[in-house]
Amino acid sequence: MTDDNTPLNCERALAEVYTFLDGELTDEKRRHIASHLESCTTCFEAFDFQTELQMVISTKARDQVPETLRMRIAEKISYLRIDIGQNRPDDGHGLSQA
Amino acid sequence: MAEPDTFIDDAMEYMPQLYSAAMRMTHNAADAEDLVQETYLKAYRGFSNFEAGTNLRAWLFRILTNTYINSYRSKSRRPVETELDDVEDFYLYRRMGGLEAARSSRSAEDELMDWFSDAEVKSAIEALPDSFRIPVILSDVEGFSYKEISEILDVPIGTVMSRLHRGRKSLQKQLHDYALERGLAEDENSSQGRDGID
Repeated sequence: MTDDNTPLNCERALAEVYTFLDGELTDEKRRHIASHLESCTTCFEAFDFQTELQMVISTKARDQVPETLRMRIAEKISYLRIDIGQNRPDDGHGLSQA
Repeated sequence: MAEPDTFIDDAMEYMPQLYSAAMRMTHNAADAEDLVQETYLKAYRGFSNFEAGTNLRAWLFRILTNTYINSYRSKSRRPVETELDDVEDFYLYRRMGGLEAARSSRSAEDELMDWFSDAEVKSAIEALPDSFRIPVILSDVEGFSYKEISEILDVPIGTVMSRLHRGRKSLQKQLHDYALERGLAEDENSSQGRDGID
């Protein structure tokens, strides 16, 4: 029953807030919603709030990697690299069967 | 097949994202470090299965998520499939959406950034049950598409969408609770709420 020329009502626009913000809509649906938001301040404000909230969440839920972890992983991988790369029976790193 | 050296250089770049996600999943630094380390070692051992030029970041998150679900989740006493209370749409906006306009002329973005501390946002995410928390981390924090999340978690896209939707609403309710505790928001009975989107 979707008609290209029928203006989107608020209820249908608001129901798509996440698919719209997540970039998951078809171009056509996206255009419908964008055009509704241009003419409806109430929905625009709600969408705007939701956009900012997602930005707050993605910005604030970050942790700094401990330098010791970075070094430990690099070291462990370098051992694996020797095992995989050289594959000698006496390379002393435990994976090969002497 | 990817070259090992290139693979390592490329993969190392994603460590901050993997570590942040691991912190939200395990709730503590020691487990998060072990989880990230295990993820890299598995990735390195399995890199021959990884096709160069495809989505390395999604592949690493898939290993991280599977390792968490298989090895770490059982350590926590949290129930695996807790259901969430039904929370209305736009929960936070209905209660706090008018505050930025009422209090100052600053942009909504600046206000929202100030309302909640890093610790509150992190703990609101961590309060979600796993099946809702992981999609929220992958989407809201990491920006993966529904399709990528569906591949990382091996669930249909419709399931991703419904878990994400419910997880986000519950997250908003948790944030509102923090705002109430700090006296930033008024409680239900005295608040005026937002008109027009009911």
